Amino acid sequence: MSSVFDFERPPDMAWCPGCGNYDIIKAVRSALDDLNISRDRIVMVSGIGQAAKTPQYVNASFFNGLHGRSLPAATAIKASNPGLTVVVESGDGCTYGEGGNHFLAALRRNPDITNLVHDNMVYGLTKGQASPTSRKGFKTPVQITGVFLEPFNPVAVAVAMNASFVARAFSGDIEKTKEIIKKAITHRGYSLVDILHPCVSFNRVNNFSWYKSNTYYLDDAYDPSNRSEALKKSVEMEKLPLGVIYTNSNNKTFEENLAPYKKNDAPLYLRKLDAGKLMRIIEANLK
Amino acid sequence: MKNIKTDLSIVLSGEAGQGIQTLDRLLMKMFKFSGRHVFSFSEFMSRIRGGNNSTEIRVSSKRADSFLDRIDVFVPFGHGAMARFHERITGDTVIIGDPAFIDDRYRGGGYTVVEIPLSEIAKEIGGKTFLNLVVMGLFAGLFGINEEGVQGQIRAQFSRVAADVIEKNIEALRKGIEAGREIARSGNIKNLPEASPDAMKELLINGAETITLGGIAGGCNFVSSYPMSPSTDVLVNFAKYSEDFDIIVEQAEDEISAVNMAIASWYAGGRAMVTTSGGGFALMTEGLSLAGAIESPLVIHVGQRPGPATGMPTRTEQGDLLFAIYAGHGEFPRIIYAPGNYSQGFDLTRKAFHMADKYQVPVILLTDQYFLDSYGTVPGMEIDNSMSENIITETYSGYRRYQVTESGVSPRGIPGYGNGIVCLDSDEHDEGGYITEDFAVRVVQVNKRMRKLQSMGPDSIPPDLYGPDDFLCLIVSWGSTLNGILEAIKASGRSDIALLHYSQVYPLHGDTEKYLKKARFTAIVENNYTSQFGSLIRMHTGFEFDRKILKYNGMPFSVEELAEEFKKFA
Repeated sequence: MSSVFDFERPPDMAWCPGCGNYDIIKAVRSALDDLNISRDRIVMVSGIGQAAKTPQYVNASFFNGLHGRSLPAATAIKASNPGLTVVVESGDGCTYGEGGNHFLAALRRNPDITNLVHDNMVYGLTKGQASPTSRKGFKTPVQITGVFLEPFNPVAVAVAMNASFVARAFSGDIEKTKEIIKKAITHRGYSLVDILHPCVSFNRVNNFSWYKSNTYYLDDAYDPSNRSEALKKSVEMEKLPLGVIYTNSNNKTFEENLAPYKKNDAPLYLRKLDAGKLMRIIEANLK
Repeated sequence: MKNIKTDLSIVLSGEAGQGIQTLDRLLMKMFKFSGRHVFSFSEFMSRIRGGNNSTEIRVSSKRADSFLDRIDVFVPFGHGAMARFHERITGDTVIIGDPAFIDDRYRGGGYTVVEIPLSEIAKEIGGKTFLNLVVMGLFAGLFGINEEGVQGQIRAQFSRVAADVIEKNIEALRKGIEAGREIARSGNIKNLPEASPDAMKELLINGAETITLGGIAGGCNFVSSYPMSPSTDVLVNFAKYSEDFDIIVEQAEDEISAVNMAIASWYAGGRAMVTTSGGGFALMTEGLSLAGAIESPLVIHVGQRPGPATGMPTRTEQGDLLFAIYAGHGEFPRIIYAPGNYSQGFDLTRKAFHMADKYQVPVILLTDQYFLDSYGTVPGMEIDNSMSENIITETYSGYRRYQVTESGVSPRGIPGYGNGIVCLDSDEHDEGGYITEDFAVRVVQVNKRMRKLQSMGPDSIPPDLYGPDDFLCLIVSWGSTLNGILEAIKASGRSDIALLHYSQVYPLHGDTEKYLKKARFTAIVENNYTSQFGSLIRMHTGFEFDRKILKYNGMPFSVEELAEEFKKFA
């Protein structure tokens, strides 16, 4: 099916054949189509890595900045023009490793952005080292005796931080991933979607069939607004639950708390300096 | 016996937490209201309580705004408040203070000591919190400043304080005034600086405020920063004005986040700035390089302090010039300003926003602790909308962010304004912003970016020449040393010396060589060890200075030490 976010001429894509990223980008494009998001009102933001190239392949505005720094960038873009839909796409290394401090800060700030993390439990672009989500015992050319660090659990951290929207998806199921992404984008506040996907070149352990047999979907009776249930689900590591794990709509968004938007919704670029007021305040305060 | 006439230097010294800063502000306001020119420099230890902090206040009938060694009046605020100042306390210094705080060595003759039981007076009124008001009154009485006016200032300043506390403050003030009048009658200090009507109309400001207000005048509406001395006041001031001028002010989780936020805000239509010091700027350098790659406007304020590493957090230095010039990997154009006085602090910060936007380059403002924490007066400020307007273009279908142009500057679109898309990538990119590994495209984009160095030429700020056009000796300096050097040239009595001062330090202005070749003797003055600006000049012109006057102990140059150096010029 064609999307308004397709290019006239298909781009030269840098992903390996069979990469889970192809499925994720399909889910993203069709989610954006389903939500009728206009091409000139969305910004894709990313860092560095194979997943971080996604914006290059979506025909929309994008800010493809530095490794690990996609969240500060996305936060500032949304804050400077809240009318834009801001979607961050980057990998587990970029988001949870290099950008770990920014991940924590994003959970606390609660900007109204959607953070899609392509989580394949390995570093792809640098050719197969451990990532923060690599499982214990995973051997790589650097972790030669196997990873012995505790794997980072982004879902549990997000729920513990009382995040606004926390979900987990699996790229192998494009339709369900698309529906989760749609919920994340329409949710007001910071939305994390940790998207499990196989790396066909560098992760022979956590492959397609591993994900199939080590995940399950939460059933319809599950109530994502129940935080203690969500905490329980978020620490299940044997079989990983998929779906919307936690939602919390009680907190104001980052933008709502900012000085300019307490007065009106105008983005920064439409605001003008009140030179007369500046003169008056200088005279009053400094004379 | 002290005969002051035009210029009085007062030093207040005490522990951190005693409110010396508050007293400094009260006195500055009082003296300005009374028609005197004022300047103050605070030096303090990196601690919240204890230690020894001081402030030097200069009260004068003509503008005098630089750091002096000379102390005319010294007021100690505690035990041990005099120890660090022994070399600067002379027979000409009048020591005024509580007997308990005056060291014994000053009592044996040769010094003028005026003992006033300040602590006792304060205690009688209600406690040591009233000490500052007693001292304020003391100077009001000494100078014969209108009592009602000073009371009015106190009532306005403490308007939110309970009525009985205000009355106690007024009482403290009155007791101080009595003591001050007594000193005036005693004849220990004679001929104090007279009032001049122009001083009253001036604005009282410190360096940090000039950066904030200049930023607002440049249309700044987004500030993301992490606190770091001595730049934190700029962040605090922006927060103070955020509601009045619709400014987003965010304390970032670290400097890396701060700079990436600022760049992304420009991308989405904001006018953003970060404020930091050397260590924080070090963390920002990858972001600086990103701004270079994606041709983003960016304003970075770096308030210098002595390094390396944590160095001396509350002291001053000009040690980060070459770092600012070369920070960030890869090659890209940038502009660096270094204000020499308060007017330049305001004007250059305002201009920084316009230049960053006009040429889509990072602009760095280099100040230092001496500049930021000093207070002084300026006649007024130029404010209009000429430097605050966005230089952006409405995008259209087929818009390309990195369209190759003759000037190297591509029309800057932002997402959401127009129906085109705005794509940018930290990887080398083609005109559309898409990743490329095509060598020819790489060369075209590098050339386009670097062409801006030439395009920026006409906007380059030339160095200012102070002094005679037919100078024999030429001093070169940059940034905060401006006022001190000018006063020292006067004090040296040499009429053959001129100063060439740079407020734009990079790119180095093309007139540099012309001035240097004209001089019989050249000297450079810098607050660092290696003469970094001298190195830059040598690199661009091959010119070597006859004399390098360098200071790197953490304090600014004093007028006296510079004047001594200038007298020796061949």
